Amino acid sequence: MSTVLQNLVNQPYRHGFVTDIESDVVPKGLSEDVIRLISRKKNEPEWLLEFRLQAYRHWLTMREPNWPNVKYPKIDFQDISYYSAPKAKKKLASMDEVDPELLRTFEKLGVPMHEQKALAGVAVDVIFDSVSVTTTYKHRLAEVGVVFCSFSEAVRDHPELVRRYLGSVVPPGDNFYAALNSAVFTDGSFCYIPKGVRCPMELSTYFRINTQESGQFERTLIVAEDSSYVSYLEGCTAPKFDTNQLHAAVVELVALDHAEIKYSTVQNWYAGDEKGVGGIYNFVTKRGLCRGVNSKISWTQVETGSAITWKYPSCVLLGDNAIGEFYSVALTNHHQQADTGTKMIHIGRNTRSTIVSKGISAGVSNNSYRGLVKIGANAGNARNYSQCDSMLIGDKCGASTFPYIQVNNSTAQVEHEASTSKIGEDQLFYFAQRGIGAEEAVSMIINGFCRDVFTQLPMEFAVEATKLLGLKLEGSVG
Amino acid sequence: MSGKALLEVHGLTAKVAGVEILKGIDLSVRSGQVHAIMGPNGSGKSTFAKVLAGHPAYEVTGGEVLFEGRNLFDRTPEERARAGLFLGFQYPVEIPGVTNSSFLRLAYNTVQGARGRDELDPLEFDDYVQDKLKLLDMDPAFLERSVNEGFSGGEKKRNEILQLAILEPTLAILDEADSGLDIDALRIVANGVSRLRSPDNAVILVTHYQRLLNYITPDYVHVMDDGRIIKTGDKELALELESRGYDWVADEYRSRQAA
Repeated sequence: MSTVLQNLVNQPYRHGFVTDIESDVVPKGLSEDVIRLISRKKNEPEWLLEFRLQAYRHWLTMREPNWPNVKYPKIDFQDISYYSAPKAKKKLASMDEVDPELLRTFEKLGVPMHEQKALAGVAVDVIFDSVSVTTTYKHRLAEVGVVFCSFSEAVRDHPELVRRYLGSVVPPGDNFYAALNSAVFTDGSFCYIPKGVRCPMELSTYFRINTQESGQFERTLIVAEDSSYVSYLEGCTAPKFDTNQLHAAVVELVALDHAEIKYSTVQNWYAGDEKGVGGIYNFVTKRGLCRGVNSKISWTQVETGSAITWKYPSCVLLGDNAIGEFYSVALTNHHQQADTGTKMIHIGRNTRSTIVSKGISAGVSNNSYRGLVKIGANAGNARNYSQCDSMLIGDKCGASTFPYIQVNNSTAQVEHEASTSKIGEDQLFYFAQRGIGAEEAVSMIINGFCRDVFTQLPMEFAVEATKLLGLKLEGSVG
Repeated sequence: MSGKALLEVHGLTAKVAGVEILKGIDLSVRSGQVHAIMGPNGSGKSTFAKVLAGHPAYEVTGGEVLFEGRNLFDRTPEERARAGLFLGFQYPVEIPGVTNSSFLRLAYNTVQGARGRDELDPLEFDDYVQDKLKLLDMDPAFLERSVNEGFSGGEKKRNEILQLAILEPTLAILDEADSGLDIDALRIVANGVSRLRSPDNAVILVTHYQRLLNYITPDYVHVMDDGRIIKTGDKELALELESRGYDWVADEYRSRQAA
């Protein structure tokens, strides 16, 4: 590989950072007692404790999945502390106290000042255009009856909703990590859109009142009632500093008749250093249930961080005419490993799904697309279109595609297209010979490659995602 | 001699993958001139072109090259391009997902910026590029396709000349600009190059056959063999090569060396 390419892909993570938070930590290890303790500390109702215990008992009978195309040392589940409620974080008095490196990242990504402060943990009454953003959005949501709060608050204030839908899409025993999450989750987000309401703004986790860390076992539940619409943005493009190695989140979406949920993620967690030391294991279960007729769920993800990503945002198309979509960009560099994709389960008639996956591998990383398209016996006239493209930067990385297609109805139409391309020395030389440097060349090629996915993201997110990919691949060229 | 010195090559040697390909090249190009470099396959013509442009696979092992009086080799490939050195590729690479229009505009604006001139916004650039398309008889729809992706051999070559027309370099090195072209495409490419000639720029045509030289009359014809320029003449030499082949030039060179 040329030096230009090597420099480009061997860039240090620029956002290394040590958090110093006093926590209320439960001793390491997992047992029914620990789960009871977590539940008690959170003042939970009995049914929720029961949910946790059942999940835990089920988890004990399960084994860690070994089918993903990733390698990592065995995790000792008794060596993890399962409850760590961050005590009120020490607030910084002004932006001057924030790590200048972090500020540069914000600047490069174009994060607005008020968001920068919130993200960096600076104490502010978030004043923007003389009005508190937080207050404004709370009022606007309350006016239309949208509930958007932390999971703990939802358990306290809307227990009947949580109880009805929790585990209805991802049952507690669904898989090893989902079972673990169901047993020990500490917090997350809850969102409820009432019948006929079009949520007046994009819901972003930036603005959730409870800005404390949700911890490594995060739980998200979004319910869209009949004929409602919501666009939800998870995470942000700024780096998420976290000392937890294992993350096992569960996200459940429920769309009822004629409802639509659009869920967008841009993930930039710590990926480990260039030698592959450290970094987050992101083992997530995300699933949406299109329960009603004419319902629609659309996942868009840009995955650039984590040492290992193992996630398959899926759609269960139960209602007739339901639509499922999955648009993904997964970038891996250095020693990162990603095994990601989707599942489209067609059950209702005339259900349609679209999969567009773009994998980018650099360094010595390994990037796999794994996807299942399943057409049930009663899913007459179901249609699926899948497109999986891989791009390799340099010659030491890998890309694989594992499509699984199961069709049990002869009226179904399933299409799958795949391609692999490579950014090589000759392409970069071609750009250079026209005056264009390697960084700009790579960024242009990557953005062209990802265009079909970026156009699905909300505007500001798309801009940030574009810059983020540039940042992740940027290097001292020479 | 009229014109100013653009390119001065003295005793240039270079190797690729450990094998010495260029074994001592001397060449002087002044503005307003057209030079043709001819020679059999494997003589080092394309290597010479790539070394001048700075392809990373080639290592310069000796000699000196001045471009407009300044050392060429202490500059990166993109700096050489911005300084006005253009290489028309024999095999232009495909760049999926990047539209020709955005690629051409970025290249143009980068080179313009380096010359201290104003950049053009997409609308202004479109006006500029439409004129150039007409020059090469190209369909505007071509701009919205990915760079070279799925282009025929002829389209790729025309795209190279389009870039030449857009970037207006001081020195254009065209590597086998005519290979794979039918007679109509050849005429279009050759006319495009001819119309871009001026007293301020120069062209080096690296070519295997003399047919391109029927359209673009060279001031000098050089014969390369085994990594050296072994004979220099005018356009008559090209015609002679066409009828007699290359062997006699090599024989003549060897006997001269022996003497």
